[in-house]
Amino acid sequence: MTATARLAATEWRLLRREPLVLAFGFAFPLALLVVMGLASSGPDADLGGISLIATYVPILIAFNLSMLGISVLPTAMATYRERGVLKRLRTTPVSPWRLLAAQIGVNTVVAVGAVIIVLVVADLAFDVSLPGQGLGFALAFLLTGAAVFAFGLCIASVAPTARTANVIGTLVWFPLMFFAGLWIPRAAMGDTLRAVSDWTPVGAAVASLQEAMAGSFPEVKHLLVLLAYAVAGSLLATRLFRWE
Amino acid sequence: MVKSDQLGDVRTGRGEHAAPMSVIEVDNLHKRYGEHVAVQDVSFAVEEGEIFGILGPNGAGKTTTVECVEGLRERDGGTVRVLGHDPATDPAALRELVGAQLQEAELPDRLRVGEALDLFASFYRAPADTAELAAALGLDGLEHRPFAKLSGGQRQKLSIALSLVGNPQVAVLDELTTGLDPAARRDTWALIEGVRERGVTIMLVTHSMEEAERLCDRVAVVDTGRVVALGTPGELVSAVQAGQVLRFLPRPDVDDRLLADLPQVTEIRRERDEVVVAGGADVLAAVTAALAREGIFPERLRVEQATLEDAFVALTGRVPVTAEEAA
Repeated sequence: MTATARLAATEWRLLRREPLVLAFGFAFPLALLVVMGLASSGPDADLGGISLIATYVPILIAFNLSMLGISVLPTAMATYRERGVLKRLRTTPVSPWRLLAAQIGVNTVVAVGAVIIVLVVADLAFDVSLPGQGLGFALAFLLTGAAVFAFGLCIASVAPTARTANVIGTLVWFPLMFFAGLWIPRAAMGDTLRAVSDWTPVGAAVASLQEAMAGSFPEVKHLLVLLAYAVAGSLLATRLFRWE
Repeated sequence: MVKSDQLGDVRTGRGEHAAPMSVIEVDNLHKRYGEHVAVQDVSFAVEEGEIFGILGPNGAGKTTTVECVEGLRERDGGTVRVLGHDPATDPAALRELVGAQLQEAELPDRLRVGEALDLFASFYRAPADTAELAAALGLDGLEHRPFAKLSGGQRQKLSIALSLVGNPQVAVLDELTTGLDPAARRDTWALIEGVRERGVTIMLVTHSMEEAERLCDRVAVVDTGRVVALGTPGELVSAVQAGQVLRFLPRPDVDDRLLADLPQVTEIRRERDEVVVAGGADVLAAVTAALAREGIFPERLRVEQATLEDAFVALTGRVPVTAEEAA
């Protein structure tokens, strides 16, 4: 097995032993989905003529991805740095970048697993049809992942300890989820608020996921916003990230 | 207290040890962090197959020195060669050849011993047999134990095992036994001697006199970023040992003036019932002869040897920190 595959396999094993992360990764969005599904009652004029549950499926997907990218990933990387794991790796032929790649890999697996579960349960139990624009959905999902993981790595770069990474992640996550429409869905936002939401990573994520769910290709503007966050975040993290 | 100018040739190091090829060569290493100079001017050479100690008080620049050797830090001056490679410009070449044990490096809590060994083995082209290595280091039977549940000694064994899993030619071990209980320290020392027998050259960073005296073939004493002495532990000790110190219980008691008048005696004092006499190399013969003439029997007579700790105090003007205090 190559070093990267072995690192990824090891990260996956460690993740399976971390019940809290798995609970957050899978059970939490699923539980929210069920609550929303039970509360949902047909098309809602306040939500632009679609049902509550259909509104919330893309929000929950973005919720889950940003939780992994903005809280789980930076906390894990900051923990590795704090414990000297990254520095230790630097003394071996394997670069610590590969551990980062392995971390992103397992978090992506969790995210993909969760999105499949959410989509299938929403379809079977609550009559929310699968994304009409499959390719557009996949692209929006991929760019959202890239944007939030890059964002998370910036947090891991500036946070001196794992604890602060966790705190910063949580503090950043709440406003991001506000603009994503977790509390007030985007359709119910005023024009100004929605315009601001369009320029935030998770707001653009929800907008493009929603469009793809509804069957049209996501608006290019939303995808470009996500791409811009992904590129800017990655560049910034590459410059700022310290192995020790 | 021995004056530092009595140390003579140990300060210059090298000399008679210039024999085989040097595995590590450090010349005039200089490193600072902003305004703070961590390493002023450090030079030494480590020969193949030896256990070389870097000894010094906390903050002396030991860890910075080895991190420059390992290629973890960029030096600001001087040259470093490890197996012919410069760690600053060619770190990749050294990763397969140098195994490192870092001070205070931990592993994920839930990672098991066997998994850690297999994972690190996968990093190298020609790794050691992990089962064999685990057995050699006394880790057999612990393969399924998670890192969080290991004792300090077990963690240290795992850390040493991981530094050896790539079959390195050189192992750099930083503060190997800090925080271990005495039994675990002795076990670890025996392990290191075993590692040397496998043909690995070892560079050991320590602030423990006992450890340096017990393990190292040669020691560089580093203080405030400079090498203040270099040689075998024996050489360092004899350099500071100006003479001998005798202790005995006189039966019957002796008049101090009798001994003080001897030309070989430089100092005489009482500690409880015991007489403590310091003097030159032939002080033992002179004192026992004088006592015999008076019919006095020196009970519990012993000659005290200076230790590496005395050498260290003489060289750095500092009392060394014990492992327990540092932990």
